[in-house]
Amino acid sequence: MDWHILAQQLVNGLTLGSIYGLIAIGYTMVYGIVGMINFAHGDVYMVSAYLTAICLAVLFSFGIDSLPFALLATLATTLLITAAYGWTIERIAYRPLRGAPRLAPLISAIGMSLVLQNGVQLSQGAKTQGVPSLIPATLRLGEGNDFVQITLVQLMIIVVSLASMAMLTWLIQRTSLGRQCRATQQDRRMAAILGINTDRIISTVFVIGAAMAAIAGVLVTLNYGSFDFYIGFVTGIKAFTAAVLGGIGSLPGAMLGGLILGLSEALFSGMVNTDYKDVFAFSLLVLVLIFRPTGLLGKPEVEKV
Amino acid sequence: MNHLSFPRRLLAVALAGGLSSLSGLAGAADTIKIGVAGPMTGGYAAFGEQFWRGASQAAEDINAAGGIGGKQIELVKGDDACEPKQATAVANRLLDQDKVAAVVGHFCSSSTIPASEVYADAGVLVITPGSTNPKVTERGLPTMFRMCGRDDQQGPLAADFIVNELKAKKIAVVHDKDTYGQGIADAMRDRLKELQADDRVVLYEGLTRGEKDFNALVTKIKAADADTVYFGGLYNEAGPLLRQLREQGLKVNFLSGDGSLDPAIVTTAGGPQFVEGAYMTSVREARNIPTSQDVVRKMKEAGFDPAGFTLYAYASLEAIAASMNGAKTGDGMKLAEWLKSHTVSTVLGPKSWDSKGDLKETSFSLFIWGADGNYKEMQ
Repeated sequence: MDWHILAQQLVNGLTLGSIYGLIAIGYTMVYGIVGMINFAHGDVYMVSAYLTAICLAVLFSFGIDSLPFALLATLATTLLITAAYGWTIERIAYRPLRGAPRLAPLISAIGMSLVLQNGVQLSQGAKTQGVPSLIPATLRLGEGNDFVQITLVQLMIIVVSLASMAMLTWLIQRTSLGRQCRATQQDRRMAAILGINTDRIISTVFVIGAAMAAIAGVLVTLNYGSFDFYIGFVTGIKAFTAAVLGGIGSLPGAMLGGLILGLSEALFSGMVNTDYKDVFAFSLLVLVLIFRPTGLLGKPEVEKV
Repeated sequence: MNHLSFPRRLLAVALAGGLSSLSGLAGAADTIKIGVAGPMTGGYAAFGEQFWRGASQAAEDINAAGGIGGKQIELVKGDDACEPKQATAVANRLLDQDKVAAVVGHFCSSSTIPASEVYADAGVLVITPGSTNPKVTERGLPTMFRMCGRDDQQGPLAADFIVNELKAKKIAVVHDKDTYGQGIADAMRDRLKELQADDRVVLYEGLTRGEKDFNALVTKIKAADADTVYFGGLYNEAGPLLRQLREQGLKVNFLSGDGSLDPAIVTTAGGPQFVEGAYMTSVREARNIPTSQDVVRKMKEAGFDPAGFTLYAYASLEAIAASMNGAKTGDGMKLAEWLKSHTVSTVLGPKSWDSKGDLKETSFSLFIWGADGNYKEMQ
């Protein structure tokens, strides 16, 4: 295999992996704090893709033709509304079940996912929607037909994902809010006795997770251009897999899991066969879980006595 | 009613009689229910809408002309979302709950095949306006018909074009692992074998429906140095695939089948600049046939462009109505016999069927996408 083909596959894999990682952050943070899997997270990402298209359409119809401004305004609006979705979902679907057995919020999450999917399908129509290609800028390395290329959007996806991961890790490790999060994670009742408003902390975590999904939604929409009400399912499953692979509950683990999943998909489909790339990716997951049941960077669970 | 005087009683009887004959016209007992099944929701809902619009217009026109033996047609919508499991559930609902006398549908071959088993058990006539997989009529089901051609006619047309006109040297074949997509890709490849050109196939792989990122596959096509890509699948995947091919700088010829030939591909690809120059095979452009002009005009006036399979759905309902008028029965087996021995004049011209339920004459055409995001039939 030529060097430029291999390098191109690495670029493809890194982009895909960064997207998985960005969405996986939402799964992993919620799991880390509340200990539940937020199955509606993939659909929050789907909602943000629709919001991106709606915002862009509205801005362009007002005659705003400065692309950087339009993109920033879209990102800000999408972030805000999607974060509101995250907060609302937690408030109505999970908080009332705080004391319930573990299965109840899980079922509630699946229900929420169905509500979002069908709600968007009914309000926006079932057709695939799209935005035109806005940023055609591409970096190319090489001559003639032997080149590696990365589009500006792909570069943005990789940089933004790594930056978000680093920022959130800093937030959790170094700030007062992060300390409260970790305290809530370790012992929710004790944290509450010590004066931490645990309900507010949990809401915050949902908001942060949704905001990450919003960033992913904007970037993915710019990159692939088309989306429908069902994209949250496929991407959500992959991102969830990434979170488990990296060790659910661990932020760097989510990113690492995403990158491994993306790279293994791209390299396997490039070198072996596209038909079986998912089989390969999930076999990898099974292997990792056999030898490290808590994922690559997950902490072994200590039984509380 | 002994408190009513005689003239009043007469009036009451007359009124009751009048009411009952009125309700007879509109009531359930004297209408003929016909199912229209396809992907009304989900990613392929654009085709479902074409089915529904086409069949609705046909029902309206047939009803205005007196209906079937004086009875009005009432359409019942069935949504399979192109999911095989949901297709059988919808088929059972149409039969048990709605008691339909015949069905126009389904769209995806992977839905039509399992659903047709259910209809066959009940002996109900089904005409699909769009399922082109050979298996649809190859299983010996007596009541299964189609209003379109077969993939083993459509795939070869593309193969002939690739070999004779494009003179391709290296061909990449991609499909979506679905009954329709892989079926048409295989039919194309089989024809390449007949043309002794199958050694030009440098890649044969399946992508996953519902995904958006095909960059790894595109890079692989680039590595294989292909000059032509044939895709068996639907526009939802064809659009992103085409866009990613162009974004990675591949100037390959792109061909696909009727599942991709829909204006929605311009949206899924992200602009007409990506679909420009792509070739697609499909059933003949029904909007250009002389016999369809009246209906096309009427539907356009009502605000719907009868693209794709719309007029095929229209013709399917016409064939059902003609068989019911001709055979004077609702029995599916007798209707099927009638259709196999008669020629029906439809909006698409005269149609007749062989013993399997395939059209005796079908013609596929090649279409090419222009820079304006519209496609036109090639001569």
